[in-house]
Amino acid sequence: MRNSTKLIILSVFAAVFCALYLFQGLNGSFDYALPRRGIKVIAMALTGVAIAYSTVIFQTITHNRILTPSIMGLDSLYLLLQTVVIFFLGSNHITIVNKHVNFILSVSTMVVFALILYRFLFKRGGQPIYFLLLVGIIVGTFFGSISTFLQVLIDPNEFMRVQDKMFASFNNVSGELVWWALGIVILTFIIGWKSFNDLDVLSLGRDTAINLGVSYDRVVKLMLVISAILISVSTALVGPITFFGLIVANLAYQFFKTYKHSILIAGASVMSIIALVGGQWVVERVFTFSTTLSVIINFVGGVYFIYLLLKESRSS
Amino acid sequence: MIQVRELSKFYGKKAVVEKVNVNIHRGKITSFIGPNGAGKSTLLSMVSRLIDADTGEVLVDDHLVNKMKSNEFSKRVSILKQSNFMNVRLTIRELVSFGRFPYSRGKLNAEDLRIIEQAMEYMDLMDMQNDYMDELSGGQRQRAFIAMVIAQDTDYILLDEPLNNLDMKHSVQIMKILRRLVDDLGKTVIIVLHDINFASVYSDRIVALKDGQVIKDGPTNDIINSDALKEIYDMDIPIKQMNNCRICVYFNS
Repeated sequence: MRNSTKLIILSVFAAVFCALYLFQGLNGSFDYALPRRGIKVIAMALTGVAIAYSTVIFQTITHNRILTPSIMGLDSLYLLLQTVVIFFLGSNHITIVNKHVNFILSVSTMVVFALILYRFLFKRGGQPIYFLLLVGIIVGTFFGSISTFLQVLIDPNEFMRVQDKMFASFNNVSGELVWWALGIVILTFIIGWKSFNDLDVLSLGRDTAINLGVSYDRVVKLMLVISAILISVSTALVGPITFFGLIVANLAYQFFKTYKHSILIAGASVMSIIALVGGQWVVERVFTFSTTLSVIINFVGGVYFIYLLLKESRSS
Repeated sequence: MIQVRELSKFYGKKAVVEKVNVNIHRGKITSFIGPNGAGKSTLLSMVSRLIDADTGEVLVDDHLVNKMKSNEFSKRVSILKQSNFMNVRLTIRELVSFGRFPYSRGKLNAEDLRIIEQAMEYMDLMDMQNDYMDELSGGQRQRAFIAMVIAQDTDYILLDEPLNNLDMKHSVQIMKILRRLVDDLGKTVIIVLHDINFASVYSDRIVALKDGQVIKDGPTNDIINSDALKEIYDMDIPIKQMNNCRICVYFNS
């Protein structure tokens, strides 16, 4: 089967799930339920695409297929930010209540943090990628520890609000935020699109990529910034869910068996739309909200991660 | 011609390559030889802009390397390193096609396809062009990478220890191909070699490095003599003439 055929079949599946989610059990409630469901579907599709896109490019530039961009510590920073704001300003403060303010604050904090980190690391020279991963792990753990510390001290009622932020949820996504996020994701595609061919070469390793005329540092920096922006947007929109990227990226590699990033990114994106919309449909209509999608994703993702680890260790 | 001017590279305070001046002549095989840690690979990596030099400059056909666009440079000079890690599973044909990337940016035209076929033909890879790289032997892999470099169609081809881990038969095969590239296609080959006898038999010129500096630079016959080798390797190496080749008998010296 050709890859374009595979992509079309997957897209049909994605469309079917979206339609199912939108129209099943609607009972003629076009004015009330449909727009609300529509917003949720767009939010899920957007998150799915952002995570798939960022994970595929992140894994290519780090030459590692069991990493996700969450290793840079961005979601820990997000949780720390939310915890700190609730701890010091209270859960009724405008930065928590007003979703726009919260969204802008979260996205800009994460992106600025990532830019400072990159700037600092690329100035150093040498092999910045590996050092970046190490610093990311350490900083992420540091942020996580401070968050936990504050969460222990916090008022129990306020802690409930923090806990809301700790797990990804599509149930109360604000309609207007979705359009902001959509704009940003489209922008990253416009900026990144031209470099997809460079990414194909990057999977041959740094030296070969430079030999073939790819401006390695420029492409790597651009892709790191893009993946930081995408992660920030999806985290600020629905919460930390980056583990999910590991599943869809690896499924895309296995399913498409190609080095072409235009196909891999498109494939991983469509797969994550299927998983998120289909998964949410199952959660809402089959489990009737008795569990959340992120719990299922973390469970399935964890199992798949162990499978990948076993497979990698066997092959080497 | 590639001109290297006052090129230095420091790791911390230690100079790995120190104020190296050397000219690489067109249409010749130039071998870089010298003991371990002499800076051969570092020099080659700096010439091919894989690592940045701390001081000095490199000119390729009178153009400053760090003023050239990466893409333009990759149409003039290609480099093949000793270990080629890959994150993806590719067939030989796909790998060789990547050699056209500087020209096509991923969209191959008829001309590109013709050159790719030619490169595979040249390296005798046509029968296995759809085999996957990870299923090949070391010699076949090396041939596939050289085919990629041939498809890149640069005037200058730089190779960093291409004979590593190859047996005698495959080493000779690779060296003969490089000789043909120079004699038939007019390429310029610069090669880092460990086996001095391969350098002696196949190269036109030899550049010897020691402790980050060029200590000998000249036609092969001027370098392959016991006095010069003593200076380079600190060993007494007798040289025997066999079938017009000078062979260094260093095994029991």
